[in-house]
Amino acid sequence: MNGILIAVIGLVVYAIGFRFYSKFVAEKIFRLDPNYVTPAHRYKDGVDYVPTNKFVLWGHHFTSVAGAAPILGPAVAVYWGWLPALLWVVLGTVFAAGVHDFGTLVLSVRNKGQSVGTLAHKLIGQRAKILFLFIILILVLMVNAVFAWVISNLFISYPASVLPVFIQIPLAIWIGYAVYKRKAKMLIPSLLALAVMYLTAVIASNVDFLQIDLVRYMGGEDGAGLFGLGAVSSAFLIWIVILMVYVYIASTLPVWKLLQPRDFINSHQLVVGLLILYLGLLFTNPQVTAPAINGSANDVSWFPLLFITIACGAISGFHGLVSSGTSSKQLDKETDARFVGYGGAVGEGILALVAIIAVVTLFNSEEAFVGVYSSFGDANASGLGNFVEGAAVLAQGLAIPPEIATTIVSIIVVSFAATTLDTSVRLMRYIISELGVEYKMPALTKTHVATSVAVISSGILVLLPEGSRGFGSGGYLLWPLFGTSNQLLAGISLLLISIWLKRLGRNYAVTLIPMIFLMFMTLWAMFQQVVFQWSWFGNDSNTLLFVLGAIIFVFAAWIVLTAFQALAGKFDPPIDHENKDAM
Amino acid sequence: MLDKVKKLIEYYEEVLSMPHRQEIARELRNEDDLFLLLLYSEMIGIPNPVYYYTLELYPYMIEKFHDWHLRMGMEKSPLTGIRCC
Repeated sequence: MNGILIAVIGLVVYAIGFRFYSKFVAEKIFRLDPNYVTPAHRYKDGVDYVPTNKFVLWGHHFTSVAGAAPILGPAVAVYWGWLPALLWVVLGTVFAAGVHDFGTLVLSVRNKGQSVGTLAHKLIGQRAKILFLFIILILVLMVNAVFAWVISNLFISYPASVLPVFIQIPLAIWIGYAVYKRKAKMLIPSLLALAVMYLTAVIASNVDFLQIDLVRYMGGEDGAGLFGLGAVSSAFLIWIVILMVYVYIASTLPVWKLLQPRDFINSHQLVVGLLILYLGLLFTNPQVTAPAINGSANDVSWFPLLFITIACGAISGFHGLVSSGTSSKQLDKETDARFVGYGGAVGEGILALVAIIAVVTLFNSEEAFVGVYSSFGDANASGLGNFVEGAAVLAQGLAIPPEIATTIVSIIVVSFAATTLDTSVRLMRYIISELGVEYKMPALTKTHVATSVAVISSGILVLLPEGSRGFGSGGYLLWPLFGTSNQLLAGISLLLISIWLKRLGRNYAVTLIPMIFLMFMTLWAMFQQVVFQWSWFGNDSNTLLFVLGAIIFVFAAWIVLTAFQALAGKFDPPIDHENKDAM
Repeated sequence: MLDKVKKLIEYYEEVLSMPHRQEIARELRNEDDLFLLLLYSEMIGIPNPVYYYTLELYPYMIEKFHDWHLRMGMEKSPLTGIRCC
């Protein structure tokens, strides 16, 4: 088996899924109507509701949903061999993610462009709204912790990437300023910024003193760090503190000042990254050295853990927030929903596919692969590093020297993770404020109080140690929790679409089957983890993870019960009169 | 060929500038809302010394006012003085 063949198989299945399955769903299930007046036209205000060309909207949708998660998940999940990961990514994209992203977009378009949270309130009831807020809260908390962990780890492993990543900040502020004050075009300044970043990467990769290596400053891995900690733990602690201060500032600034210009640079990085990886793949044509099914992976069963390890890339609830939050308000014609929604999911699937290929072609032999992926814990801890190395090997196909390639790939991953972190701290701040309003705690509605709560709780969670191995060593334990909360969110969205389809008298199996599948996997995985791993009599007893896992498990069970009630029609809140035509 | 490249660049520029334009429009709209509140603060009980003059703007802003109260989550006009809906 070689890398190109896997890529071709994946891409062909995506193409068939888009060409036939999404067409079937669009015509027979959602019955899209080109003459339907979309919210973008009905409520056109030049701000939120703007009819937008479908290609432009797809570009925006894709760059909003693609990030570091579809890279990290597959890089860990290849632990069970490349075949299960490949099958779940490809089939998940076609039958679950595509329908989910497409469906939330259509559901929102047919309901005044409202978001999934509001629709949960309308279709299921008040309780659903609170449940929804809590699940998103857990999700963003996990995102904050996991991505802060990812960034700090990459900074420690690839010190040459620190400087270029930090240079991105003033460059982004400069672009924001130039575009806003001088009405400059965006393309040239953001390409210049990218060139400066990569040039810094090239220089920093070759000049030692430009590599900000905290571990080396403290005398190497065995050196003494701060407060009696080891050097690696101290370096981790310092990076987390710096990151938390950064996100505090970044998430309270207006979006056009820092977040958006960073996004412009990052969308170039996404394009550059995908091009480098796929062209590199074409030129190097690497052999797959990892086993199709890893027989020595006995400590943790792939079933059901695979389905929560790869969340983004196969199906992700976060996409529903983008579909129903912004894209649905900008859809020009209802029939464009197929291209934007389903196409966005396929775009992310393409990224996840190349992430799998980069990791499974990295090693020289099957033994080397099994040596690195010797346990699920090792897979979690080293997955991202393996992706960076694997991607660098592919980049060598384009004659990019390996040390520069690793720096650039880690910059790309850090940039994605940093933007996600910024957005999700911002989102967490909004949710905390909203819960403050809901439970009448006015202090929580203040920006700085809400941001402090968000930043401090994320900071504490990411420092979670594993046994005696120091700060941050347990960060990867949060990954399955991130996956689960993300899948739960997707489960609720699929449930909402199913209820809507059922009330319209259509066939709702296309969304109900993926929903049942997801909820089953989530419940089972959480049950297994909570009872056999994290509880007091489990293998890796851990109170914090036990509590978080138990909360997620209860939420999942709650959703399943609500789903059953809502679909059985026992519990049917009245539909808003104004909206009767749309329902 | 050159045309196609130009088109591609234009498309890319549009993908980048769309969210930015939106965000700037949002900031502007927020400022406008604040301005509207300053002009007509009398109507919500805050004394306004220039009320007499700002009322002259009434015919020009009635449509905008309608959009504003919808945006603020009020289905009908909150003021009996302004009869937009």
